[in-house]
Amino acid sequence: MTGRWLNIALAVYVGLIFTFVFAPIIFSLIFSFNSQRFPTIPLGEFSTEWYVKIFNDPDVWTAVRNSLIVSSSTAVLATVLGFCTAYTDFRYNFRFKGPYLALILLPPTIPLIIMALAMLAWLSRIGMSGQLWSIILAHSVMTAPFAMAIIRLRLHQMDPDLEAAAWNLGGNEWQAMRHVIVPFCAPAIVSALCLTAAVSFDEFAVAWFVSGLNKTVPIVILEIVQGNIDPTVNAIGTFVFLTSMSLVILAQLLFISRQIKSHS
Amino acid sequence: MSGPRKIDIYALTWRLPIILWQLVFFIGPVLFMVAISFFVVKNYRMTEAFEFVNWQRMLTRGFFWDSYWYTLFIASLSATIAMLVAFPAAWALAFRASDNLRRWAVFLLIIPFFTSYLVRTFSWYVILAESGVLNAMLGYIGLGPFRMLNSHFGTIIGYLTLTLPLAVILQTVTMANVDKTLIEAARNLGCKPFATIWRIVLPLSKTGFIVAALFCFILAFGDFVAPFYLGGSQEPTLPILILDTTKSGQQWPRAAVVAIMMMVTLFTVAFTAIALAYRKPKGSKG
Repeated sequence: MTGRWLNIALAVYVGLIFTFVFAPIIFSLIFSFNSQRFPTIPLGEFSTEWYVKIFNDPDVWTAVRNSLIVSSSTAVLATVLGFCTAYTDFRYNFRFKGPYLALILLPPTIPLIIMALAMLAWLSRIGMSGQLWSIILAHSVMTAPFAMAIIRLRLHQMDPDLEAAAWNLGGNEWQAMRHVIVPFCAPAIVSALCLTAAVSFDEFAVAWFVSGLNKTVPIVILEIVQGNIDPTVNAIGTFVFLTSMSLVILAQLLFISRQIKSHS
Repeated sequence: MSGPRKIDIYALTWRLPIILWQLVFFIGPVLFMVAISFFVVKNYRMTEAFEFVNWQRMLTRGFFWDSYWYTLFIASLSATIAMLVAFPAAWALAFRASDNLRRWAVFLLIIPFFTSYLVRTFSWYVILAESGVLNAMLGYIGLGPFRMLNSHFGTIIGYLTLTLPLAVILQTVTMANVDKTLIEAARNLGCKPFATIWRIVLPLSKTGFIVAALFCFILAFGDFVAPFYLGGSQEPTLPILILDTTKSGQQWPRAAVVAIMMMVTLFTVAFTAIALAYRKPKGSKG
């Protein structure tokens, strides 16, 4: 019988952990429809006031536009870079391959605030800071490793002889790339696009430092949070959450579920 | 036989882009940050120089070292708490849950990484406030109100928001890969449950656990949001120091000194941890 009680206790414990992890997300969703200026229990009335407020705020619209530009451009750049590197790692062996891979995989281990300072100083120096594309440059460095990892996993599933077979059938390397490798990687490429876009869409520290006067959505959130308690943050947060989640779920459907299928 | 080596344009097309890109936009910024730590600021303008004045300024000040040790302490503490709190849940998910349930749990725990950390922090701010949700709930059972914001408690809750899902995921995945027959064998030989964890499960999951703890430490060490908004930045951590010196003071060289000290610390911790993680157990050959 002790085994049964232990199982119940463990289930409750796991439940508590999930409550802790999801409490801020769920409360943010609830508060976004709550009329109180300073939300607490008992809740106020149901209200779409905060959504109306952000909907009518031109700054928010500009920020959304900026964020979409930044995250989609970042996604394309990072995925191209990630693809090239993943293919190189898959196909070639060469001297200094270790440092070569470290070069692309290192950036995510560096704290954002340090990355932000380094990027700000360097981009100002070479006259590239304070622009919308400054964020794109910085984000591409930070997200390329994720794209590389996803595409590399996909290439791992490919029979290396497949490429050789294409050459034997008379295709040159470029044709083999176009007709064999790229189609094989297509789901991973789309999923890398989604994930890098989602990461870029959420990133605030580096964007805040290098963007100058151009604000993305996370920067707007940061600025509101720095002021007073303002529940519009919850409304914007819910919007950001839905955007990122759609991208992640899309990536999951396209790639990760196939991964599981091909394994079982 | 080897003639002049032909340049393989195809290979270079795939190899070069990332080298060039990272040299200009990753190695460049990092090296330049090291360089500006020797520059001087005159009349609010940064001038190229090679002087140790920033290093001297920062490293001889008490406030820098206070902040340094505090950051090291609170990041280690929160990594330890994250690992301990995560363990029972990860153990349950690894050994008591079905494969399907475990896969779902891990997927759900990935979701927070794609929700705005700022919004989650703001949400905690509202939950933990003096008249917030948690104190209101506690009030019903006659407790509180407690002051939870602007304290170490607030900072650690913020760090845990960042690190706990990761700790649970990594611990679960690590322990799920432990060979179940070894655990069966230990049990059949009369090993008690806790002894099984201590003598079989933990030694076999050492590498994964050290990596998990390292990630928790790195995330907490570099985060400025939690100590700033939930901790009230009364005791500024190093990231807050960088933020303040860069944003308000325009003192990029001094901020660079702090950043370099942070990176050196992180690399030291990471190399030590990885050396520990991959060290061969005592008595084994090779």
